[in-house]
Amino acid sequence: MSLVLHLDEVGARHRHLAGGKGYALAVLQRHGIPVPPTLIVTTRAYEEFVAATGLRGRILLELRRKSFQEMRWEEIWDLALRLRHLFHTTPLPPDLAARLRQELAPHLPERSVVRSSAPGEDSRQTSFAGLHASFANVAGLEAVLEHLKLVWASLWSDAALLYRRELGLDVRKSAMAVLIQEMVVGDRSGVAFGQNPQDPAQAVVEAVYGLNQGLVDGTVEPDRWLLDRATGQILAYRTAPKGEVLLPGKEGVRLAELAPAQRQEPPLNEAEVLQIYRLVRRCEEIFGAPQDVEWTFKGGQLVALQSRPISTPPPEGEGDQRPWYLSLRRSFGNLKALRRKVEEELLPAMNREAEVLAAKPLKKLDEAALKEEVISRSRSYRRWKKVCWDDFIPLAHGVRLFGQIYNDAVKPRDPYEFLDLLGAAGMLALRRNRLLMEMAARVREQPELLEEVRRGQVRDPELQPLWRTFMEEFGDLACGSSTCGLSSETLASLLEEMAHRSIQAERFDPRKVEDLQGQFLSRFSGEKRVEMAQYLELARASYRLRDDDNLYLGKIAAQFLRALEEYRRRGGELRELPADVQELGGELTATPAKGPGAVGVTGLGRLKARQLIGQPASPGLARGSARVVLTADELFQFRAGEVLVCDALDPSMTLVVPLAAGIVERRGGMLIHGSIIAREYGIPCVTGVPRATRLIHTGDPLTVDGYLGIVILG
Amino acid sequence: MTDATEIHQILQELLQGQRLAVLATVAAEEPRRPYTNLIAFTATADLKEVLFATPRATRKFADLTATPHVSLLVDNRSHRETDFGEAAAVTVLGTASELLEPERERYQAIYLAKHPYLRDFVTAPTCALIRVRVEKYILVTRFQEVHEVVPAS
Repeated sequence: MSLVLHLDEVGARHRHLAGGKGYALAVLQRHGIPVPPTLIVTTRAYEEFVAATGLRGRILLELRRKSFQEMRWEEIWDLALRLRHLFHTTPLPPDLAARLRQELAPHLPERSVVRSSAPGEDSRQTSFAGLHASFANVAGLEAVLEHLKLVWASLWSDAALLYRRELGLDVRKSAMAVLIQEMVVGDRSGVAFGQNPQDPAQAVVEAVYGLNQGLVDGTVEPDRWLLDRATGQILAYRTAPKGEVLLPGKEGVRLAELAPAQRQEPPLNEAEVLQIYRLVRRCEEIFGAPQDVEWTFKGGQLVALQSRPISTPPPEGEGDQRPWYLSLRRSFGNLKALRRKVEEELLPAMNREAEVLAAKPLKKLDEAALKEEVISRSRSYRRWKKVCWDDFIPLAHGVRLFGQIYNDAVKPRDPYEFLDLLGAAGMLALRRNRLLMEMAARVREQPELLEEVRRGQVRDPELQPLWRTFMEEFGDLACGSSTCGLSSETLASLLEEMAHRSIQAERFDPRKVEDLQGQFLSRFSGEKRVEMAQYLELARASYRLRDDDNLYLGKIAAQFLRALEEYRRRGGELRELPADVQELGGELTATPAKGPGAVGVTGLGRLKARQLIGQPASPGLARGSARVVLTADELFQFRAGEVLVCDALDPSMTLVVPLAAGIVERRGGMLIHGSIIAREYGIPCVTGVPRATRLIHTGDPLTVDGYLGIVILG
Repeated sequence: MTDATEIHQILQELLQGQRLAVLATVAAEEPRRPYTNLIAFTATADLKEVLFATPRATRKFADLTATPHVSLLVDNRSHRETDFGEAAAVTVLGTASELLEPERERYQAIYLAKHPYLRDFVTAPTCALIRVRVEKYILVTRFQEVHEVVPAS
């Protein structure tokens, strides 16, 4: 059976086989609208691939590890990364590859755009943009086949997984067709909406110089015309600052400087705007609903690249954060600017604010002023928390972007190998642990020094500078969400434990990092290599900043709690504070609930977890006694060789990580603090274990399998 | 993560819904290796007992008479790759004994309610009705999530 359809073969009965975009292009062509020459690899090829390679079963296993309701968006991203990796590293079965080659080769354009064409995509509910992948300027049959798999994989992209219910995503039924289009190198391109989503009486035309990928992924800002939907009369025109243009590179696309003459000129004249308006209205006539059309002008000819119903993302329910999540996918340029802002403005400002607050003598404030101070500090915390959401979390996308690039280039066995290249070693939490270990080494030599630490008066000439630096930089940092209070006493007992046991040292090895880096960069040459080095640099910065921000925010939180404590010490009533301040105080000091591990089953008996599934976050196998840590007290009771079980490992808890045999965490994700630190120390770690702190008890014998992501009790 | 209510529900579905189970006994004769059989079973409404029938001349009857500690496996696999994510399996650990009158009559009615087509088999004078008192259920879901349920005594 044929795996490839040509546009002129596609009829109504091929709608599913060709997918939404493929079908729409065939219809446009039949109506005489110029479209690029297009081959359609039907859904049959996808189905054959996932069946013959066993991938369908593997996808199902991945999806079934955990219920979606219990997944954080980071875990969904991780899931999508693993699935993409499966597609990427699973070769096409020889027979399938041979048939695809045979059918594609005679008609393959010199340069192609490889685009997704999901069935059902032509319906209004499921056509919203940005779910699946497209690749421009792919040259050669083998490269096309590689990209084919990546487009297939995007059926399971993080965005698609987030909207799986609306899309009806189902391992047994869902499939993906792929378009192989001749790459039309237009001089001006854009999108047009037959109906403005913001104003139904208008139509919209957006245009850029060069390829329209720049517009679609947000790298290049378009000029924009609003038109009267009924008459096509131009109502408004907004020009955009024009400096860059997206052009085909040797492979893929590249950003270049726009010629000076074009910077002042709109990409379209009025007649051309009108021509595009007519095209989009004609498409609407053909399909019977307002369309979203991608177009390009090549040598004066207007070509329709795709047409689909105007997307209406599913209505947002209350608290639906999916649109926010989708907005995190940012371009390289955008992330570079964000990094500058975070590194040069936000983090220093946050640190300064923490220092100013720390220096303020609370004891000298009168009651009214102290109350004001508590309120103002709570506002400060909330303001910075918002900055975290608005700027720091989006910056973490730099790591994701790099992970994808690395996996595409290197195809490593472990899809998280790229993390080793990012060098967590520079992180503040690790710097603090290094200080602790140096102090512990001194205490090992002279155990009587512990007494000095315990008294808070260290005189030993070797220990004192370490101790002083530690207290100055990190003294307030033991204060996190639930683990406040690093007293001299607890610091001493921590050092004692560290001094007496052999503990994990970081496995950071500069040579290994260099090797990995060389291996990665050697796959590129020339300009591309420079660009890739920049991606790596951005990823390193965002990896580090994303973790350090937790510590900085912890400092602000500590200052709020300090003022609140002083307020209460003087007999101030909590209920006299504004509700949001009371709430924040509760939130920052609350202890996550610990529940019975044996959950009674109605009418049956005692229930006990024997083996729990999470995500393999750091490889290795560990066995030890569980220590469930929810409070500061529990943290400082931690003994070497125990398995740390916690709700969410925050940087304030990292202190004891070098003592731990293994780590189990309720919160999931590969880029969370716990996973990063565990990998750095080479400690087996499983994250994303729902209700870990309820089902596991201190003292339970635990086995942590960091290869498989499972935790065995008993 | 599968919660308590869900676990109870899955156990109920498996034990009431499935008709066949794999029974493992310890061989009465040397070498005393595990011996497995496919059997038609049912469970009592409180899920504390599992019932099956066997002719007394069989090897499994001899085995469980010698060693009453048995285990059973009940699952809902469909023999497709989707099983790896979707199938659930429960291992039942318990102690087996033959039901004798006057108890037998009541349990036979429970057994036949699920397997009416086995009336002639069960009522044959050579057939024994076996009860397994459940000591523990070990439930596996999502390929490797494992929970243990000990029925209240």
